[in-house]
Amino acid sequence: MGEVILEMRGIDKSFPGVHALNNVSFDVRKGEVHALMGENGAGKSTLMKVLTGIYTKDSGSIIFEGKEVEFHNAREAQDAGVVIVHQELNMMGHLTVAQNIFVGREFKKGIKIDDKKMNEEAKKLFDMLHIDIDPTETMSNLTVGKQQMCEIAKAISHKAKVIVFDEPSSALTEAEIDELFKIIRDLKKQDIGIIYISHRMDEIKVITDRVTVMRDGCYVGTLITENCTKDDIINMMVGRVIYEEPKSHSMVPEDAPVVLKVEHLNAGRLVKDVSFELRKGEILGFAGLMGAGRTETARAIFGADPKESGEIYINGQAITIKSPLDAVKNGIGYLSEDRKRFGIVVQKTVAENSTMASLERYIKSIFIDKKAERDTATEYVDRLNIKTPSVDQLVVNLSGGNQQKVVLAKWLVRNCDILIFDEPTRGIDVGAKSEIYKLINSLAQEGKSIIMISSEMQEILRMSDRVLVMCEGRKTGEIPIEQATQESIMNLATRDVE
Amino acid sequence: MKKTKKPLSQTAIVFLIVIALYIFFYAMSPNFRKYTTLLSILDYSYYIVLMAIGVTFPLITGGVDLSIGTGLICYSLAGGYLVIHCGWPTWAGLLVTVAFGIVIGTLNGFIVAIMDLPPFLATLCTCMITRGLGSICSKNFGISWPVAGSPGSEFRNFVKLAVGKTKYPIGFLWVILIVLLMSFVLNHTKIGRYTIAIGSNKEAAKLSGINVKKYHILAYTISGLFAGLAAVAYSAVFATVQPGTGAGFELEAIGGAIMGGVSATGGYGSIIGSLFGVFVICLLKTGLPYIGLQANWQQIITGLVLVGAVLVDLLKNKKAAKV
Repeated sequence: MGEVILEMRGIDKSFPGVHALNNVSFDVRKGEVHALMGENGAGKSTLMKVLTGIYTKDSGSIIFEGKEVEFHNAREAQDAGVVIVHQELNMMGHLTVAQNIFVGREFKKGIKIDDKKMNEEAKKLFDMLHIDIDPTETMSNLTVGKQQMCEIAKAISHKAKVIVFDEPSSALTEAEIDELFKIIRDLKKQDIGIIYISHRMDEIKVITDRVTVMRDGCYVGTLITENCTKDDIINMMVGRVIYEEPKSHSMVPEDAPVVLKVEHLNAGRLVKDVSFELRKGEILGFAGLMGAGRTETARAIFGADPKESGEIYINGQAITIKSPLDAVKNGIGYLSEDRKRFGIVVQKTVAENSTMASLERYIKSIFIDKKAERDTATEYVDRLNIKTPSVDQLVVNLSGGNQQKVVLAKWLVRNCDILIFDEPTRGIDVGAKSEIYKLINSLAQEGKSIIMISSEMQEILRMSDRVLVMCEGRKTGEIPIEQATQESIMNLATRDVE
Repeated sequence: MKKTKKPLSQTAIVFLIVIALYIFFYAMSPNFRKYTTLLSILDYSYYIVLMAIGVTFPLITGGVDLSIGTGLICYSLAGGYLVIHCGWPTWAGLLVTVAFGIVIGTLNGFIVAIMDLPPFLATLCTCMITRGLGSICSKNFGISWPVAGSPGSEFRNFVKLAVGKTKYPIGFLWVILIVLLMSFVLNHTKIGRYTIAIGSNKEAAKLSGINVKKYHILAYTISGLFAGLAAVAYSAVFATVQPGTGAGFELEAIGGAIMGGVSATGGYGSIIGSLFGVFVICLLKTGLPYIGLQANWQQIITGLVLVGAVLVDLLKNKKAAKV
């Protein structure tokens, strides 16, 4: 391993209300692959954005090739030789491969762009990387894997000295990952420093030299990959103090019937052969990291996204769900993680929102029965303790927690027996959180069956009767709450092919 | 490396439609076969083709320019007023006409790229503004640029040259030249390349270090410039320019461009395609009356053909997204 090429010292960055990076230090050596790990929201992406000038740091210093530097935008970083290969690919689908690689610095002959030379240069790059891609192919015709190779080629063409890979493998097939690793090993030989962000434990072991773990915006520690185990890394990732007591045992009676049964559900890349059962009065926690396919599974069950195959049974009967309307008719309600987009109509009143899913019950001849609507809304405002001056208040004026309750009211008015909560407490303050928890618990006691998707480990442990863990579109395990720990869940949530 | 077999390009399809339409009308109506009919189709096409070439650029960025129709009339009235009522030489009036277009176009670009207003809204505003401005410029009177044969009318010869008793539509040669030139600009220069880049993925274009704002504005400047050139063509073809008209011209130009293959979602477009697309519209407009269908029908049919063209585009995109 070579000398240190890039060093970040004591980086601090705050956003309104969030201390995103707290005195973080990190370095990369020439010819090294240095993994950066941490849970969602640990601050990895923010750190990389500070490095490449997309965010300005509040304090700390960045030393690149022995000199202190400060990049003001991605272009400056690029020109200096620090390049990010983004998770979401930054390509222009309508242009060709070569045009994408050299965009912004085209070769020219007079005023004419010299596409021929660009194609030749791109070909040279690909030959060097041993990649087989036709530079004249239109970008959108390539597979995601090939597109990523193009991004890498583009990085190389910038004479990159440090390349950041932000979850490069999340969209790649096994074969493509192998190819990616081959390229990364090539890059190492050319003394390029590589920062590798990933959740995949097995990859970390295979490709990286050192691992740095971040948690809650802080630097936790750095390990030599060779000398550490997966458990070491997981312990560093989750090792936070637990304030909330997890649920000690399942509250579901032994003989509770199965209400919802999903078998071999397939829907797109992120829902692969998912099967599970949900019993009456049960809270089933869906745990996993971002992009594990939990929301996608919920949306497929709810009919919001098309299914490729799989059966759904409600109370033992096979049913077909082709659209959210079918799901609602079968008593399934879905509380989206993105309330504002999919849950409520903010410019409508509390009353209008609560009857939205069951409006046909409130229609007298052709008019909406405003009185009945308001009566119902008033009932649920009381029952769910929604804090609003009146049911005629516009939902936009309510707090996040109360908005969430309005969405809940909508599905309760509809008499849904199966409720899917997707990140029920996202963007909700602590006080309102525990109220939502209480509400979910009491709904379960009343016999509603609940699927709760959550990325917060503590929420999962505190609420669930049983925990289902997903990773990359597959169910990787089911843990009864009595045996569930942060470590056991994290173990299933990170991929491991050993 | 497997190369997918490319389906017939939209440009080729539209070209075939143009030919088919021409043959259809030719076979159906003896009057359509007259030379004067061809002349009038071409006369009618020039200004729409020019607008369509220009508007192709904002369309490729994923935007639109609705101000070109009323703009055209406004620019022509302003230039014409100076010539007729202020005694300016014709060439100077024409120059003002084109310059006016460039100014309004750049203004559109500024509103869209710098102030970040949706293009639909921005250019709808300038559409209304130019409509009012045109009437003000001409003090509410129609403007007649110098009629053919009179002094100062030489510019009309650039569109239609009379040799003896026959008139030659040499304007078509200019159109072809301009189409080839702009096709080169779109496909082989920075301006075109960055216009496509912006329409394809604006964020990525920005991260690649492209001066996105500049090229975004430029797309609208080009649209304005061509609205100005269209105003010149319009002034050269028609005897009088009436204030308050022009609304709707832009729809024929935009419709033509989209029929010619400009992607409804931005990122792709072809100048030659836009040319053919406009001819589909012009042929329908001129041809349908010859087979006994009146103006209302021709608009309905044009609308249906356009929906068809957009649907084909969307279906293609969907197919591409699935791969």
